[in-house]
Amino acid sequence: MIRDQEFLKDIASYCIENSKKLGATDVGVKVIHSVSENVSFRNKKLDESNRADSFAVNLTTYIEKKKSSINSSDLSKSNLEKLIERCIDATKITPSDENNSLPDKDLMSKEIRDLNLYDETHYPNDKKIEFLKKVEETASTDEKIVNTEAGFTENKNNFILANSNGFLGGYKTSNFSSSCVAVSRINGAMERDYEFGSTRFLEDMMEPEEIGKIAADKAIKKLGPKKIKSERIGVIFDKRISKGILSTIASAISASAIARGTSFLKDQINSEVFPNSINIIDDPKIEKGLGSQNFDSEGVETNSLKLVENGILKNYLIDTYYGKKLNLKSNGRSGGTTNLYFENGTLSFKDLLNSEKKFLYITETIGHGGNIITGDYSVGASGFMVEDGELTYPVSEITIAGNFKEMFKNITLANDLEMKYSTNAPTLLINQMTVAGK
Amino acid sequence: MSNFFKETDIDTSQAEAIVTETLKNCDDGELYLENHKSESIVLDDNKIKSSTYNSDQGYGFRAVTGEVVAYSHSNDISKESLRKSSDNLKDTLKSKKGTYNHEIPKTNSKYYENINPIESKTFDSKIDLLKSVNNYLRSKGSIVNQVTANFLGEHKSIEIIRSDNQILKDDRPLVRFNVSVVLEKDGKKETGVYGVGGRQSYDDYLKDGSWKDVCDEAFRIANVNLESKPAPAGEMKVVLGPGWPAILIHEAIGHGLEGDFNRKKTSAFHSLMGQQVASEGVTIVDDGTLHQRRGSLTIDDEGTPTENTVLIENGILKNYMQDRLNARLMGTKSTGSGRRESYKHVVLPRMRNTMMLSGKYSQDEMISSVDKGIFAVSFGGGQVDITSGKFVFNCTEAYEINNGKIGSPIKGATLIGDGPSILKEVSLVGNDMKLDPGIGTCGKAGQGVPVGVAQPSILINKMTVGGTKL
Repeated sequence: MIRDQEFLKDIASYCIENSKKLGATDVGVKVIHSVSENVSFRNKKLDESNRADSFAVNLTTYIEKKKSSINSSDLSKSNLEKLIERCIDATKITPSDENNSLPDKDLMSKEIRDLNLYDETHYPNDKKIEFLKKVEETASTDEKIVNTEAGFTENKNNFILANSNGFLGGYKTSNFSSSCVAVSRINGAMERDYEFGSTRFLEDMMEPEEIGKIAADKAIKKLGPKKIKSERIGVIFDKRISKGILSTIASAISASAIARGTSFLKDQINSEVFPNSINIIDDPKIEKGLGSQNFDSEGVETNSLKLVENGILKNYLIDTYYGKKLNLKSNGRSGGTTNLYFENGTLSFKDLLNSEKKFLYITETIGHGGNIITGDYSVGASGFMVEDGELTYPVSEITIAGNFKEMFKNITLANDLEMKYSTNAPTLLINQMTVAGK
Repeated sequence: MSNFFKETDIDTSQAEAIVTETLKNCDDGELYLENHKSESIVLDDNKIKSSTYNSDQGYGFRAVTGEVVAYSHSNDISKESLRKSSDNLKDTLKSKKGTYNHEIPKTNSKYYENINPIESKTFDSKIDLLKSVNNYLRSKGSIVNQVTANFLGEHKSIEIIRSDNQILKDDRPLVRFNVSVVLEKDGKKETGVYGVGGRQSYDDYLKDGSWKDVCDEAFRIANVNLESKPAPAGEMKVVLGPGWPAILIHEAIGHGLEGDFNRKKTSAFHSLMGQQVASEGVTIVDDGTLHQRRGSLTIDDEGTPTENTVLIENGILKNYMQDRLNARLMGTKSTGSGRRESYKHVVLPRMRNTMMLSGKYSQDEMISSVDKGIFAVSFGGGQVDITSGKFVFNCTEAYEINNGKIGSPIKGATLIGDGPSILKEVSLVGNDMKLDPGIGTCGKAGQGVPVGVAQPSILINKMTVGGTKL
């Protein structure tokens, strides 16, 4: 069972009091308990079951403008006492930094709204097993599918965040996720694809048959890929990967990258970075949202932010430390974005595919080829050729490359946004990119 | 006697009794205990950005029967918690008819000392060195835009209690020292990153001013990249430099030769045992026994002593890397490759130090044989889809080759290839095998473990370079 708030509060208070006794002028602490149960299946047989029960304490102590941290999984007071002492010792000899401090008191979250992030339903392992049987049953219907794997994970989490300015808040969250990986084979060559669902509430989980079918269909469609010739062509990003573009934007507009001068979007605030049809929103207060939160990892109130409005970059993602460096107030983004999404475009998916004679449609990228400093982008890719609006044949062993600054100016969005993850984007077209193949 | 039960309500023999009772009629399993201390000290933007100390301890209890693994872990080492885990495992594995495999080879070899690198260098001296790094690099001129340097040190003690009351122990030090510099010239910014490390104390890597070499190397790479032109796009010849570029071997071949993917027949290599998978001059090993290397282990995380496993010999596929479970199901022996990130993770067959051995050609011979291609000296990271065999890695320092001569540096680009066929495209193997500087971490199924790579220079006949210039 997940431990209650009182238990976690007791540890948090102990850490704050003891740190202060030993000379800390300010203290921030987070105490977390999580219980996770996972069952996985392979080829219709039980493969693995895994139960995790973990505690964590993250403590940061300040002596004026000096700061140091410790993390531990052992909540016993004898252990914490030793670690607090060690933390204070390190704080004393760490050079001071004028930007080190707890967040401003008036920015702290005042009330905790119930965002519907916790489902107390426990889904017992035999139910998970039944669910996974159905997933794999559907996934392995076609004889071209030679291997299936499926998993179901249930997570329950409770935390307390507190600091020596009197802030104390926390709440329970839950997560249910299920996935299926299918391997298809033809003439000795194999392809792999997947489907994945993740929800706060059990009742919102996709049907097992749907998960299995999508994974299998996708794996079969990828069979017999061709390597195409190198060329400049319009590239469409499937919804599963178009959200990756948003993650890149999020790293490039984090206050740390801006303050350190290591972002290709430095000095671009209030400039046109995208076509004027583009809006990007980060909204922490969506009910049942996978990225929803009442406050950020420092306890600062978070509210919905328009990061990009009509193509113009309007806000950075700001925490306390880098906010001070930039002379800006924290906007509750310590720890990053919450529920981040592109607002829908105007074209339907079909119209987007038909907007030119020929496109490359990418369903998967591999490698970490995005450079936030220069904006250069080059990754491995696979997907399909699109001719006259139809997916004609699978493509693999190619790369797509460009520079984010140019790519951003050439984005067109479809109107098929779904809120499936914490970061979500509709199908996305980038007008011209370099594809390297044969 | 175990060291983990001192301040708990349970003693070694009681824990052993729970293990034996839980694993009755199982094929394998163990109680894995781990104490992990680590530190991270980061200098960034002229300041000590953070200093963090982590202390983590816990157990992972595993029961294996047939192909099924039941696992339960917790950071609460107590009688009640172990009982609960035991019940959870027994509940998962309701019908089991296994015979516990007691065989575990013994070793007296040790490939690193039991030192705690965090305590063997004072906090003050680490802070001082970070400041020196910052001053040294910034003294190179106003083009230095940003300097980041960090110490990462850890000490991990593990114990494995098996069903026959056997206790296997290991103590593992690990350090890494990293420097990253951003240079700015004529409005253009580029990064250079370099690091060193392994299973010794920090000072073994940094003494006698050798930390300056790390700074110089990061500075040199960034400087080269300031002059870089757009990279070409398309298929061409590629010369790889020695050392760290061996992450090509790690991605293209290594993952596909891990036992689990081959038992499950999801690896592109699963039907190729005994067959020619590489050019004749190519021999690849995975060696856990190199002294003080980042990927070395005295025993793996199941207690099996590590070894030097030959994967490919003169082009022929000889062995997969195995943990106990996959070895048993494939009718072979563990190669000491069973690894886990921590007590929170199940064991998987993993790489240690993956190396392509030297051949007879010089790097000059390779470069002069290329009309049009690229020369790749350093890489960022890579990734592989083990089922289709397609793999990528990102160049962080590369040059074009024109008419047998090295030309301008080119921008970072991704290279993509096909694992099962790439080694057949290796036409020349160099005589200059080199180990990487000790900085690699391999990710698989959400678990990161330290690894090493090594290779000589090699010439690949044909690979796709993912630049922007057609």
